[in-house]
Amino acid sequence: MNFTTMLEYLPQMLDGAWLSLQITGLSLFLGFLLAIPVSLMRLSHLAALRLPAQLYMFYFRGTPLLVQLFLIYYGSGQFRHELEQIGLWAFFRDAWFCAVFALTLNACAYTAEIFRGAILAVPKSDIQAGKAFGMSGLLLFRRIIFPKALRIALPSYGNEVIFLLQASSLVSIITLMDLTGVASRLVAKTFAVYEIYILTAAIYIAITYMLVVIFKLFERILNKHLRTDS
Amino acid sequence: MFDLQGYGPSLLAGASMTIAVGLSAMVMACILGLVGAWAKLSASYTARATAAVYTTVIRGTPELILLLLLYYGVPTLVQDLASLAGYEIILNFNPFLAGAVTLGLIYGAFATEVFRGAFEAIPRGQTEAAQALGMSRFRVAVHITLPQAMRIALPGLGNVWMILIKATALVSIIQLDEVMRKAKIAAGATHQPFTFYLLASFIFLGITLISSLVQRQLEKKAHRGVGQA
Repeated sequence: MNFTTMLEYLPQMLDGAWLSLQITGLSLFLGFLLAIPVSLMRLSHLAALRLPAQLYMFYFRGTPLLVQLFLIYYGSGQFRHELEQIGLWAFFRDAWFCAVFALTLNACAYTAEIFRGAILAVPKSDIQAGKAFGMSGLLLFRRIIFPKALRIALPSYGNEVIFLLQASSLVSIITLMDLTGVASRLVAKTFAVYEIYILTAAIYIAITYMLVVIFKLFERILNKHLRTDS
Repeated sequence: MFDLQGYGPSLLAGASMTIAVGLSAMVMACILGLVGAWAKLSASYTARATAAVYTTVIRGTPELILLLLLYYGVPTLVQDLASLAGYEIILNFNPFLAGAVTLGLIYGAFATEVFRGAFEAIPRGQTEAAQALGMSRFRVAVHITLPQAMRIALPGLGNVWMILIKATALVSIIQLDEVMRKAKIAAGATHQPFTFYLLASFIFLGITLISSLVQRQLEKKAHRGVGQA
């Protein structure tokens, strides 16, 4: 066991970790934005809006992320001619784009489910109070429902963030050099199998628990007005 | 589009392998979960600390890293340790075993939390009443707490199973012939990756759909006699 020589690989691995964070962060951001309309569609009374959202969420929550990644990255090759004609092939040829695309769709489906639960959990009295003030439609949603739902959703959303960070390790399988990708390349080069994978695991654990702390703080800030002690 | 060119049976064989590796892992996860929950609720500091380290490390590490660590790392580690002691051994894991053990180990950590919550949800008075009747600690566990904990844990365990069965797709990385690997072979041979990966995803959807129906039946059965749940 030689943990000291591993330290010279640490900068490379941190580069990989940076790519992991980039892909995770970008997918979470896009997924979050998309999840707001999707969760509203899912809650809609109109079947034409509800069913597509329901189908999308069912598919992306019911199949493994690995299949989704392969379907987008390798599967797009089957439609190469069609994609070339509409000028999208350059995107689907690129592993980075496919990774962000797949992770975004995946994160959006899970986030929309969290939002759906949170929106349903907003107390009826809050909504009635908002209506009594003459708010309706978008204003009611923006001022009353959404802020409240966000607070309710926060703990579950924190879990989703951690889940996606770990799931992002799968992008190494479609050739990206994220933390896991760098680790696997170093293992192939140095044969220091367990040393490098243990170091990789330690880096993931460190990032995960940093995120846990950040979300705890965030939750405290958002729920400041609810604290009784002072 | 769905011309399978004779790869249909191969994919179905992959599906049964997926279910087999998933079920083996789930059994292991449940056993580990019960042991873990017992350790977390134990009076012994060592047991509590061990369980805390186990759940923290497992839940903070991606499944892929744990799988690679177990499948490639552990044999190398054993060989290195053996050569230090002056022995020469070659160790290779069977992919089925490595996959089932890794997934069992990972989801055992999640099951630990599920069982811990379930045991905590049983009123203390129940244990105290059973002890007052002169039951031994073992009998209290078998006749009083365990049956009730199982009922409370069922929805949580269902969730663990749903995540676990999707995670089995990872085991294709270590060459186990489950759905994903079969799809990959078929995709390579026919140059129709989209068709076969889509089909693989439908197989997973089918498994989760059937699982949720089974779960609903199990929950209904477990709740008989409890009244409104």
